[in-house]
Amino acid sequence: MNASASSSATPALHMVGVRKVYRVGDEEVVALDHADLTVAADEIVALVGPSGSGKTTLCSIAGGILSATAGSVVVGGEEISGYNDRQLTTFRQNQVGFVFQTVNLVPFLTARENLLVVDEMGRREGKPARARADRLLEELGLADRAQNLPGQLSGGQKQRVAIGRSLMNEPGLVLFDEPTSALDTELGAHVMELIRTEMKARGTSAIVVTHDERITEYCDRTVRITDGVLEA
Amino acid sequence: MKLALRELLRRPGRFVTATVILTLIAVLLMFLGGLLDGLIRNSTGAVEAQDADALVFSDTSQASFLRSRIEPETRTTIETELGVETGGLGVVLLGARVPGNGPRDLANVAVWGYELAPSGVPAPPGPGEAWADEVLEADGVSVGDRLLVGPARIPVTVVGWVENTSYNGQAGLWTGVDTWRSVLTANRPDAALDTGVFQSLVIRRGDRDLGGVSVPDAVESLFDGEVVALTVREAIEEIPGVTEQRGTFNQILGVTVVIALVVIALFFALLTVERTALYGVLKAIGARSRTIFAGLVVQAVVVTLVASAVAGLAVVVLDLVIPPGSIPLSISATRIITSVVLLLVAAVIGCAFSLRRVLKVDPASALGSSQ
Repeated sequence: MNASASSSATPALHMVGVRKVYRVGDEEVVALDHADLTVAADEIVALVGPSGSGKTTLCSIAGGILSATAGSVVVGGEEISGYNDRQLTTFRQNQVGFVFQTVNLVPFLTARENLLVVDEMGRREGKPARARADRLLEELGLADRAQNLPGQLSGGQKQRVAIGRSLMNEPGLVLFDEPTSALDTELGAHVMELIRTEMKARGTSAIVVTHDERITEYCDRTVRITDGVLEA
Repeated sequence: MKLALRELLRRPGRFVTATVILTLIAVLLMFLGGLLDGLIRNSTGAVEAQDADALVFSDTSQASFLRSRIEPETRTTIETELGVETGGLGVVLLGARVPGNGPRDLANVAVWGYELAPSGVPAPPGPGEAWADEVLEADGVSVGDRLLVGPARIPVTVVGWVENTSYNGQAGLWTGVDTWRSVLTANRPDAALDTGVFQSLVIRRGDRDLGGVSVPDAVESLFDGEVVALTVREAIEEIPGVTEQRGTFNQILGVTVVIALVVIALFFALLTVERTALYGVLKAIGARSRTIFAGLVVQAVVVTLVASAVAGLAVVVLDLVIPPGSIPLSISATRIITSVVLLLVAAVIGCAFSLRRVLKVDPASALGSSQ
């Protein structure tokens, strides 16, 4: 199965024949079966599928969180399919951003510190990272909330902080895991508009994992997945 | 590391329980250590105070002052052959009647006769006078009091205080050798010693070159096994009960450290379980396990240091409040620092039990199910 983009520039993601098999007791469970997917630079792809279809697995492999059992995974021109855990950690520090389903901000850190934790855990740039965090908060309309703890922020503001965090390492690809599932329709639409605006403004690619068809209208392309198999 | 410190600062409530328990354990550790030091000091202070390169005992005495006899000829041989300074030393353990106290309310004293002054003890006082250890204050003794020593009620007048000179749990009374000899002869006629005979000799080498040979070895080489010469440290270990006391207390202290280790291990294991989701997110955005574990260690060390500081302050206050002689408590900076180091080691080892759990946290857990 192939889901490819038309752009000729170096793709943000290029997966070929990717399989992920889990062993449960004596049985093998195929979570992802010979998946081919290319996401062009600047492209936003909606990955739609029911629960258990393999979309989170695909996202995890693209983000260097899981290793594929077979196949090739190239992110931003970097082949990561043979990477060990240490290399994958370095890759995640530098090449990809994540926005998680439940936001998962560090509860005892301010909005600004939640952005800076990416630098603290990874590159340790210091001053440039602080400047980048301030700029991102400004762009996301959170400058006046920079010193607020997550508990003092609304759902939409938390989601914006999470988006800011995903952009802190200036990634070529951001992976959104059900970014609107915890939000009401209006707020969800607002967040998706924000995601689109921010990604396009930076020329950053994104994969938005969702089971909500309404999300797809904010994306450039929709890829469907069922039982670990991608459909164009 | 910043993350760990910020959590400590902003969520101190999470660490209160562990800090309180560790503070109590630290107090116990330092207090027990202080008791050990106090007990040992009460047993050995007088020997430890000896400013000596060697203490000489007769060979069959097993380094016991009360059983030892050093003849004048022995002393002359040492002085002549080695050219070192020697001083006679002897002790007798007795009860003393204190003015104003009841007839049965005796103060336990160790009456010393000395020629070379130990550290912290002035030169020998006049006949019938003594420098008294300050622990006798707890028995109601004051400077100028005339104590009646032993069943023979030999009068000895206290002319001043000295510190940390107890022996076998009895307060030191430091007298000239004639006073000591008269107290000994009157109260323990069976142990009386002729003039010139002492129980032990204090040897000071001064600037005398013994050709690289230690003073105890040089002394023993002069005799055919008739004397035993020990360093002050060796003489302390020969005092009955010292090794046993130290061994028993060290076992109790060891168990206390293990308890601290278990408390830290359980607390941080629980904290790690609570933070599994957070660690998953941190790992997903690029945190290494070692960074996360270092944060745990930092938190354990800070909690331990806070607990140790509070405990250290508490035992110092206790030491100041408890009057000398009431309980044998001796709090020293060395004891507090040793306790803190032991607790820090326990904290780091305790944290190590959470390392496996930290390593096992799967970054995939941040993206919902790993499957």
